[in-house]
Amino acid sequence: MRLELKEITKRFPGVLANDRVSISVDRGEVLGLLGENGAGKTTLMNILSGIYRPDSGEILIGGTVRNFQDPHQAIDAGIGMVHQHFQLVPVFDVVESVALGAETVTGWLGTFDRAAARRRVVELSEQHGLDVDPDAKIEDLPVGVRQRVEILKALYRKSDILVLDEPSAVLTPAETLDLFKIIRGLTAGGTSVIFITHKLGEVLEVADRITVLRRGTVAGTVKPADTSREELATLMVGRDVELLVSKGVAKPAGVVLSVKNVLVMDDRLQMAVKGVSLEVRAGEIVAVAGVHGNGQTELVEAIVGLRSIDSGEIVIGGENVVHASPRQVADLGVAHIPEDRMRDGLIAGMTVEENYILDSYHRAPYSSRGWLHAREVAAAAEQGVRDYHIQTPSIDTFASSLSGGNQQKVVVAREFSRAVKLVVAAQPTRGLDVGSIEYIHTRLVEQRDAGAAILIVSTELDEVLAVADRIAVMFDGRIAGILEGASATREAVGILMGGGV
Amino acid sequence: MTVWRRTILPALMPLLAVFTAFVVGSVFLFITDIENLKHFPGDPLGTIVAGLVNIGKAYSAMVTGAFGVPAKLVAAMSSSQPKVIAGAIRPITETLVASSPLIFTGLAVAISFRTGVFNIGVEGQFILGAMGATIAVLAFQDVPKPLLLILATVIGTLSGALWGFIPGFLKARTGAHEVITTIMLNYVAAQLVLFGLRSDFLKPVGSTLPISKPLSTIVRVPLIFELPAIRLHYGFVVALIMAVIVSWFIFRSTKGFELRAAGFNLMAARYAGINASGSIMLAMAFSGGLAGLGGTLEVLGTVGQMSNDLSSGFGFNAIALALLAGNRPGGVVAAALLFGALRTGGGLMQVKTGIPLDLLFFVQALVIMFVAAPALIRSIYRMKVHSADGVAPQ
Repeated sequence: MRLELKEITKRFPGVLANDRVSISVDRGEVLGLLGENGAGKTTLMNILSGIYRPDSGEILIGGTVRNFQDPHQAIDAGIGMVHQHFQLVPVFDVVESVALGAETVTGWLGTFDRAAARRRVVELSEQHGLDVDPDAKIEDLPVGVRQRVEILKALYRKSDILVLDEPSAVLTPAETLDLFKIIRGLTAGGTSVIFITHKLGEVLEVADRITVLRRGTVAGTVKPADTSREELATLMVGRDVELLVSKGVAKPAGVVLSVKNVLVMDDRLQMAVKGVSLEVRAGEIVAVAGVHGNGQTELVEAIVGLRSIDSGEIVIGGENVVHASPRQVADLGVAHIPEDRMRDGLIAGMTVEENYILDSYHRAPYSSRGWLHAREVAAAAEQGVRDYHIQTPSIDTFASSLSGGNQQKVVVAREFSRAVKLVVAAQPTRGLDVGSIEYIHTRLVEQRDAGAAILIVSTELDEVLAVADRIAVMFDGRIAGILEGASATREAVGILMGGGV
Repeated sequence: MTVWRRTILPALMPLLAVFTAFVVGSVFLFITDIENLKHFPGDPLGTIVAGLVNIGKAYSAMVTGAFGVPAKLVAAMSSSQPKVIAGAIRPITETLVASSPLIFTGLAVAISFRTGVFNIGVEGQFILGAMGATIAVLAFQDVPKPLLLILATVIGTLSGALWGFIPGFLKARTGAHEVITTIMLNYVAAQLVLFGLRSDFLKPVGSTLPISKPLSTIVRVPLIFELPAIRLHYGFVVALIMAVIVSWFIFRSTKGFELRAAGFNLMAARYAGINASGSIMLAMAFSGGLAGLGGTLEVLGTVGQMSNDLSSGFGFNAIALALLAGNRPGGVVAAALLFGALRTGGGLMQVKTGIPLDLLFFVQALVIMFVAAPALIRSIYRMKVHSADGVAPQ
């Protein structure tokens, strides 16, 4: 079914979220909807799914004007949303989750007709190659499969227009490829798909047409064949963006971090790091590449003192840190940008200011003799907000109300507010938009040029190739190979990521 | 701007909740006033006026009961007769006496909620604090009075702190959830007190009641005014000082910063190098200590004798109170004064108008309900939602 959104305008107090936005998607087409955080993608989709009502403009499905008063009407009209945060009941099984809210019932008691629902789930799953076990419990399923359950939910409600909101944000690269296959299968069957993302590579790969939103307006609509990553990035951000990080040749000096034959166990007491040796010198960026779950997380936790190692040696700046606490490691001049900023990097319920001093509150000038110095803390936080262009109403704002990019900037600003000898950055740009990614990369290179040793762990090939002076690829708890950054190719890294040869 | 954001704005919702609760309470008073409603078919307007007058009488009796009569207060100022002065200020001092234990228990709950542990065991810590102080007083009777008071206070506080530390330790070491363990320890504390009060050491000779020997003849917290029948003692002043100390500790000390960080997000606190399990134990012990101090001052100041019903639910009321106070120490003091005023004012209301005390529990419950449902208050007063950054939700 052809869907058209015409001249949609939606205003919130103080913000024009959508300003005469027009998009369309044909039957069997994939429309990529690209835009930075806050560009108005989510607002537009909330209008399409009946959650918000537009101030002006109209929605046409198959040529007829539809005005949705509530989400049910949108669902009845064939619009299926797959939200970024899944709306599933953990203790339900797949059949129950899919049927929930659209159950068929039998008998005068109105009993849930599980057999019928299960038949349909199995049928849809097979028809679209979703490969979902109908009897599995949601809480036991990996994230990629949960997403397919969400897609099943939409299909079960006979959706022929499917909206996927940032679907790859939670997926591994392999799961993303599976998702793309599923999307192609769906469109071949006549389903229209709107694919919302801020990742350039994905949208070029999967979309038939790409509409770029910028600050609430349509910045342009292009075909993947006629465009490039650079052009899309420029449309998104509104200025030229350096996709490749501009950096001079590394001038490596003495070894700052030395990891020797390290064995580390994960939480399930399985050996996760199976004998890794690695050196990072002052003035160079070493990237640890690899598919998520090959021991990178455990390696990083061991280096920063959060996880004890089984054997081996970790030396930072000449000090053996095998039994050091996180604070002792930090005191050696180690900045740590953790993998999951909302879980480990920030305290959502504390303010920007408090997060800014989270790992240095106990030091001068922020405190003395156990008492915090409010004025010094505020001054430092204000400075950090200015230096790192953190967009926040004030330093008293809760970290939870900042955008992802600004949250990450708070973490980076905090970590770089101390004298830094070694930077350990795990997935430093995960979930960020192009502008923020560029910004964080630039800051990392700055630290390198100032003489710090940088260790980046990333599952994003683009990032690894863009910033690394040397690339160590991890596979199954070991270093599968080390490549020079300048001469490494996607193919060479990719082969090592899959285990080599 | 900062005064507005830090003081007035957070207080706005609780104040509206209290106001709304009294309005709903009046409606309730009106429709339960059967005698008056009988006249409604004949004289609707007169009935409504009479109903409003009755409501006014009830609330003014309550205010008088809690704060005294203005004319008497004015007269007392120029009077030198202790009896006149005492009569005028007694309602206010009784309100403060009723508020004191609630300030301690409210602070104990607020500090625990602020630091991410849910101390539901304040009731138990309160009575064990009182028990510890009682034992100390009877055991060290020969120690000079001022020293004995300090010693008993320290022991009472430590008893409460220990009772808080136990669930903290269990949580930090074994992961046992503190909500469960603190609730259970409340029962253990209650039974320990009953058991102790059966011993010959504690009970009065020949008594079969669960009460201790009188303590007030040995030592008691000094009174603020030496006037007839005025019970207000320095425990209230200590309560106010503790509110200031707790506020400073939580918001201005590095330890308080650690406790809050660990409370909000244990993982991030660990990443930042904070000793998370130590924080949990300290927070629980601090919270229990506050409750224990409250129990100590109640038994040594207000009551003067340990009994198994020393606490009339102070520890449980404190949970609602901390909610009303938004877990702010200043808010706890304000909310405790409100609850205390309701308690003392309700007595006079019952005597004067025959309206049962239960109305006040009804109002108190409504306050809590409205505080817990901010969306309801917002829709009643058509307040706009201000997201923290003033930007519309995406």
